[in-house]
Amino acid sequence: MSFGSFQPKNRFIKWFDGQLPILSLMHGTVVSYPTPRNLNYWWNFGSLAGIFLTVQIITGVILAMHYTPESTMAFDSVEHIMRDVNYGWLLRYMHANGASMFFLVVYIHIFRGLYFGSYKAPREVLWWLGLVILLLMMASGFMGYVLPWGQMSFWAAKVITNLFSAIPIVGESVVRWLWGDFSVGNATLNRFFSLHYLLPFLIVGVVILHIWALHIPGSNNPLGIDAKGPQDKIPFHPYYTAKDLFGLSVISVVFAFFIFYAPNSLGHPDNYIPANPLATPPHIVPEWYYLPFYAILRAIPDKLFGVIAMFSSILLLFALPWLDTSKVRSARFRPIYKQFFWLLVIDAVVLGYVGANPPEGAFILIGRLATTYYFLHFLVIVPIVGWLEKPKPLPESIASAVLGDKAEG
Amino acid sequence: MQAEKRELLMATDHDTNSGEGGKTRRDFLYVATGAFGAVGAAAFAWPLIDQMNPSADVLALSSIKVDLSAIEVGRTIKVVWRKQPVFIRHRTAADIRDARADDSAEMPDPEPDAERVERPEWLIMVGVCTHLGCIPLGDRGDYGGWFCPCHGSHYDKSGRIRKGPAPKNLVVPKYVFVDDNTVRIG
Repeated sequence: MSFGSFQPKNRFIKWFDGQLPILSLMHGTVVSYPTPRNLNYWWNFGSLAGIFLTVQIITGVILAMHYTPESTMAFDSVEHIMRDVNYGWLLRYMHANGASMFFLVVYIHIFRGLYFGSYKAPREVLWWLGLVILLLMMASGFMGYVLPWGQMSFWAAKVITNLFSAIPIVGESVVRWLWGDFSVGNATLNRFFSLHYLLPFLIVGVVILHIWALHIPGSNNPLGIDAKGPQDKIPFHPYYTAKDLFGLSVISVVFAFFIFYAPNSLGHPDNYIPANPLATPPHIVPEWYYLPFYAILRAIPDKLFGVIAMFSSILLLFALPWLDTSKVRSARFRPIYKQFFWLLVIDAVVLGYVGANPPEGAFILIGRLATTYYFLHFLVIVPIVGWLEKPKPLPESIASAVLGDKAEG
Repeated sequence: MQAEKRELLMATDHDTNSGEGGKTRRDFLYVATGAFGAVGAAAFAWPLIDQMNPSADVLALSSIKVDLSAIEVGRTIKVVWRKQPVFIRHRTAADIRDARADDSAEMPDPEPDAERVERPEWLIMVGVCTHLGCIPLGDRGDYGGWFCPCHGSHYDKSGRIRKGPAPKNLVVPKYVFVDDNTVRIG
């Protein structure tokens, strides 16, 4: 099924596309791509993620023109960007807050997938590729946070690289290898800069695979049922290009609010203190988008198992398509799963809140309970609910659900 | 036409050379070539990996001398060794007594205080938390020693881990007393 193939009138374009069919490929991807007619606004977040990736790459390449990846000059070069470079403040604030926006839309995109069962057959590989993108984003975001070489940068680098020291026997050597020194230092900063520049382009590569894998089965939809015929689909352009642009306008307001009115609200003031390898700030926390994972790390009072739990909390998601035993995709027709889905959302927020607070008093207990629940959700609740739950009846087709009786005519 | 001819040739080749269990000389060549290539690739990968290890100039800076004469009893100083802080504490008699009294207490990484010091009044150790590498704060925590603010590890007056996620005691580096007032670390 397609909505008209690429048929250019211009002879030059025709000739070019005959030799390199990239234009017809683009046309098939963002113009004629047959899309379920019932996508709601939760489906905006995929293209928004792509847009924020682009924002990060453009602002990042420009920042790299003014930044110096050397431990005695890095902090000052960031201040130089903020004070001296024309519009440097704008580009840096866009990049720093753009990272937060990127994670925000990606997390919503992931929870969208969890709610509407987008990870289930035939989209498991698509789901995997998305998780690979998430892991690359986390690595990239972490290394980017190190570059300003403030106190938080330095200690984030120290703590995160030290996670690998939990590996039995070779851990210490691995960490020294990552540092290129006996501690985090210039060698570390230099390689992080190199990799921080590389990773976004790897993300672009995986995004292309992600879109490719999306276009084989086609998009899932809020009903979670397969499209049966042309009456269930509409071309991507102009319907979803328009819808995505509307979503972009809304999120741009949020983005602009942070850039212009609260540019440092998501950061930490300690990062405006130059890195000091001899003093750890009294309260170190990662950026907000890592907080739930940080809480899981701290919930377990054993170093190795804490690190294992933190990594498994994401790696576990690779197995989700098989842990979920229900054949019904959309939570709209899964009354019990739907409630557990929202509990998981609450659990993730609680973990984030615990991660932002010092590991003392009640936070220790809450962190442990929330961590336990996180794993319980995926390993026990999801498989069992799939077996026990009686799903509501599914509609005949997308068209009949959306249009009612009119679908026949 | 060409393709057919090639297929025919390959078939003949296969038939005439097949040894026991259907193995051919060609299979052997594939395995030998593959193995040779894999060893070559591994040998070439090593420089790409090893370049990330500490470089020669970093390794060259691995011992320091510290003058102890200015450190009063009950004070701790921080010196930098291999870019990491080293705590040098001039312990009081009470510190030593408390540390030794706890020798038999239950702890994750049991080690008597006497084995952690050359001279009981000088406690010298790398000031890096064995959990995830933060620098513990002095005179804090439940055991009157050090407390790591990052993830809540408590160390006692001998730098031994007593409570929290850290698995090991604060590391005692190699050091020798050059004379009564000078120590060489590393």
